[in-house]
This record gives sequence, C-alpha cells and structure tokens, in this order.
Amino acid sequence: MVSKPRTLYEKIWDAHVVETRENGTSLIFIDRHLVHEVTSPQAFEALRLAGRTVRRPDLTLAVPDHNLPTTPRLGASGEKIAIADPQSAAQLAALEANAPAFGIRYIDATAPQQGIVHVVGPEQGFSLPGATIVCGDSHTAAHGGIGALAFGIGTSEVEHVLATQTLLLKQSKTMEVRVDGTLGPGVTSKDLILHIIGTIGTAGGTGHVIEYRGPVFERMSIESRLTVCNMSIEAGARAGLVAPDEKTFAYLKGRPCSPAGEQWDRAVAWWQTLHTDKGATFDKSVRIDAEAVEPTVTWGTSPEDIAPIGGTVPAPASFADPAKQEAARKSLDYMGLTPGEKLTDIEIQNVFIGSCTNSRIEDLRAAAEILRGHSKADTIRWGIVVPGSGLVKRQAEEEGLDTIFTDAGLEWREPGCSACLGMNPDKVPPGERCASTSNRNFVGRQGPGARTHLMSPAMAAAAAVTGRLTDVRELMR
Amino acid sequence: MDPLSTIEGRAIPYGAKNVDTDVIIPAAWLKTITREGLGKGAFETVRAQPGNVFDDPEFAGAPILVAGDNFGCGSSREHAAWALLDLGIRAVIAPSFSDIFSGNAFKNGILTVELPQDQIDRLLEIARTDPVTIDLDTQTVTTPYQDRFPFDIDPFRKQCLVDGIDEIGLTLERDAAIAEYEKRQARDRPWLATGTEKHI
Repeated sequence: MVSKPRTLYEKIWDAHVVETRENGTSLIFIDRHLVHEVTSPQAFEALRLAGRTVRRPDLTLAVPDHNLPTTPRLGASGEKIAIADPQSAAQLAALEANAPAFGIRYIDATAPQQGIVHVVGPEQGFSLPGATIVCGDSHTAAHGGIGALAFGIGTSEVEHVLATQTLLLKQSKTMEVRVDGTLGPGVTSKDLILHIIGTIGTAGGTGHVIEYRGPVFERMSIESRLTVCNMSIEAGARAGLVAPDEKTFAYLKGRPCSPAGEQWDRAVAWWQTLHTDKGATFDKSVRIDAEAVEPTVTWGTSPEDIAPIGGTVPAPASFADPAKQEAARKSLDYMGLTPGEKLTDIEIQNVFIGSCTNSRIEDLRAAAEILRGHSKADTIRWGIVVPGSGLVKRQAEEEGLDTIFTDAGLEWREPGCSACLGMNPDKVPPGERCASTSNRNFVGRQGPGARTHLMSPAMAAAAAVTGRLTDVRELMR
Repeated sequence: MDPLSTIEGRAIPYGAKNVDTDVIIPAAWLKTITREGLGKGAFETVRAQPGNVFDDPEFAGAPILVAGDNFGCGSSREHAAWALLDLGIRAVIAPSFSDIFSGNAFKNGILTVELPQDQIDRLLEIARTDPVTIDLDTQTVTTPYQDRFPFDIDPFRKQCLVDGIDEIGLTLERDAAIAEYEKRQARDRPWLATGTEKHI
C-alpha cells in the first residue's frame, strides 16, 4: 500500500493521535512538558484541589526563568539571595514546592543548568525531533528548530497536560515558508525571521503550522533554526518547524537526556523519516529570496513593523490598509518617531542582548565579535548581556566573551528572561529606546513607556558601539 | 467542578457593553499563585466609582451577572474567569461574549447565557429588586413575574456543566486509551517514553 504523501507536521501529528473524536478533535499525546514559575501555580493548585496527580512527571521538566532577577543569586558565603519583589518570590517558591510535591524534576535557580525554558530544553536533549512539546509560554515554538512540534498553551491546558499528558486539539493547516538563495554577510537568522514576519504579517500564519524549507534553512545552524522557529508565533502561527537532519543529530548526540546506544540508532532511523514527502501539499505557500533580506530592525510596536537598516521611518499613509495606517500612526506616536527619519539617525539609550530568541552561545559570539576592542557609546545608559542558561554562561566565560562585554561597558548577567518582558527588575525606562534582541516590541513590553527596536545580536552590539541604530556591516572586520 | 443545574439568586445589574478582560481583572493582578482571591481585584476600576453595583450590599454574594454586548473581549487571560468565580459568579447573562472568554468561563464551570438585548433590558430592571433563576436543564431564564426566556447552549458544554465534569475529568475517563498509546510509544519510540529520569 502506498500511503498519501504527508508534510512533516502531518507525520508528527499522526504519530501522536491517541484517538480522534466525532467532532473532528483529537486527543494528542504530549511527549515533553516544560514548566516555569509564572503560568504553572494555578494549574498545580487546581490539581491539588481536585485530588489529581501528574500523570507523567518523568516527561515534565520545571525551571524558573521569567521572574528571576538576573543579578547574582548566591551571596559571598554561598547562601541564596532572596528575591526582593514578594510576588515574584512567591511564584518562585510555589514552583520550588510544587515540582517535588508532584514528583517533577526541578532545576533550581542556582543550578548551572538553569536558564530560559526554551534554551534549556534543546540544550539538555529534553527536546527531541518528532516530539510534541508544550509549555505555558507562546515562544515554545522555538523547539521546532530541532524538528519538534512545539507550541504554547494556557494555564487550563497546562493543568490538562499535567493530569493527562494529552491535549484535545484540532489539526492545524499547513504553511510552507521557502527561502531560496544565500543570506548576505551580516544578515542573520533574526533578520530573516523579522523579514518573513514583515512579509506575511502578524496574522499571516494564523491557524497554520509553518514549515521553514529550502537551502537557507538547510545550511543554517541549529541555534539559528531555534531563533527562526521561536518567532513563528509573531507571525500568528502556533508552531514552526525545520525538518531534522544530520546537523540536528550532531547537535543532540551526547546531551544529558538524548537517547544513547541502541536507542540512539533507532531514534535517528525514525528522525530520518521526518521530512515532508515529495508530492505533499501545503495549504499556503510563501517564497522569499534570501538576497532580498538586509540587516533588519523594527520601527513600530508590532513585530511586522520592520524595515531594512538603510531605510527610513515609513509614513502611515504609505500603507494601503486604513486600519494599518491608524496602527502605524499610533505606533509612531508611542515610539516618538517621524516619518522619513533615517533609521540610522535614531539614538539608542539601552541595549539588551538576550531572551529565548537570541541568548545562545552563537548569539553571544556574534555580539562579541562586533564589540571586541570597542566601548559602548557614552550615550548608552544601560546595556546588559544575559546568557540563555548557566551552561551558555560558562561556555561564554571559557571563550572570554564576558570580558569583551564588560570591557565594552556592558553588564554580564545571570540567565533568565530578563528585559524581554518587564516582569522582573530588568526594565527599560519610560520614553527611552532599547536595541533589543528579544521577540516582541509591543507597547510597554520592556517596561511602561519603553520603546523597543528588535534586531539581531550583532546589530544590537553595533548599536551599543555607536549609540544609534547602525548597519552592522560598517563595523564588520 | 460543582455540578450546575439551577442557579437562583440575585443578579448584578451591570449592563455595560464591551467589558474587556482588563476591566474584569487588571493586569497588576496577574502575578498571583492562586485562582482564589482575584475577586478583590475584579472590576477594580468600576468599583473605584461611588455607587457602583458591585459594592452595593443588595447584590452581595449574587451568583449571576447581567452584562452588555461583547462581554470578556481582550486578552486570553484565564484570570478573568477566576476573578468572577472568586466573586461568587456562576453565570453571566449577556447579548454576546468573546469566544475566548466563554471558553475560559466554561473551563472554570461558569455558565454563559446569551439573550437578546430587549430581554437583557428587562432582566436589568427586575434584577434591581428581585431574584432571577437560570434552569440549565430546561435552558430557561425566569423571573418571579412570569418572564420566561429560553436560551441555547452547546450540548457538550451543557452535559459537562450538568455533570460537573471538566475537560480534564472527561479526558481522564479515556485513561485506557492513553495507557494504550503509552504502551505503543514505549515499544515503537522508547526514547520518547523516557524523559528526565535520565540525568540532567
């Protein structure tokens, strides 16, 4: 029997159907569940009230990241430093208590493996190709970079997965984003995903799971693929995928939770089948030419508000859609920008290099490469580099990257979500601008009144050197 | 969840249209660790106004809220449903609801009843002085004055509310199918069937 050609998404979906109901929803088995301190307390509380247990604590991993301050966590004599904000402290304490109470492996805030959930999962080999991965955080899409079907869920769904290890889901539509050609010098995976979001819009992927295909993604490192998939949610897609390949296998081999021995061979044999079949069709298809992608920044308050660094702030009237014109007017007002202004004339007061989008070793190397031998501009008031995990931090320190950052006048911090979301002490002051490697430039995202410009780590480093939005290619050696 | 059949009692005659989730529970209340206690923050900005219905002793402990069009629009925060539940609300009656809100309300055992605006207007008037009854079984809203307003509800949701079964409870009833899947997974993809017991 010849089976119907299937997309990668359909293959992973089919492999996880427990049963399908008459109304078209399926009960889908969840292979990996990541839990953090912000979206889990009410789920654990509800389990406790209902007298329920966690079905598969062994498939669940808890690690705090959102609320943790990125300042030192241990005092001079090795004692834990308490979190000053009582509500953040209570959320952390709840996770510290809930994880062991329900038999879940917990990575402590002071452990070397601690980090942002979406950095920790792949790094520990907990996230694997072909797995279904969920977390109470929309940037779970990141894990699609290793070929996993990964998406964010709400608190009731967190509770549902804890109790049943399944979710009731309707199958998504499929969307192909194919990028042909070669990215130019100074153009990174972050520039590419910003360009893609700018092309298809923040609702372009709504209802779909995106598969990123073509030579650009095939040549891309695993860490860059994680960056691309991470921001799928900003294009409206619940998940994004890159088919696993030899690079993926090499990345995962030998990681703490990766399969080993005979199981490794069996796993690789299955992973090699995880690609879209010839003849399979997508519900939607978009093609992008890599040569058209420039180093890219955002000018507005939506991730689709992008422009090449050589460009200018657009006039609201330049948009065809009246709703978009109105949104652009509001954005420019909030951002304090004038149409026609050259992007490279925009002055920056803060720099944030970090977040689940861009805090892996490759990101830190790219930023350090630009910063080496430079100091931050005097007008940069605050600049922080926040590694995605303790292991990334250690690696960076072994390579001497931390010294490059501190010599340049930037602060070298402990791992966590940091200034991506204004939930912990790392915030951008009202009215000030931040060159940020994070994923959302929403109003107030980095703190009330904060003005965010999204960009790649190298571009953020370049902005730190000059004190304004800068084309990184001018600083490349 | 507690089974729901008849909800009888005072109804808060709120009536406002386009009540968004920020009005139901402001963002400052999201850094909590329990579902309980959010009632204190519910409708905080409305309650800052003197003479508001929420602080009127007449409606203390009322199990029903009567609101205007598009109730619960805005974000997906489940805290909105938790806040209502903490206020003691088990049903909201309005001309329409945001999809996400009514889904979240249902997941937390709150009944959302859609009635036409003229019937809402009548309820807003009667609720000032008299109790209102919602009979889920017969799908009717009644008052002591012979008003009888029928409403529609998804049969699946109705069953869940009547039996007091939440989605988790329903899925747990599929335990055998899930166990069967786990067995298949352990056989076909054993490396996925084990997670953190391998060392981190």
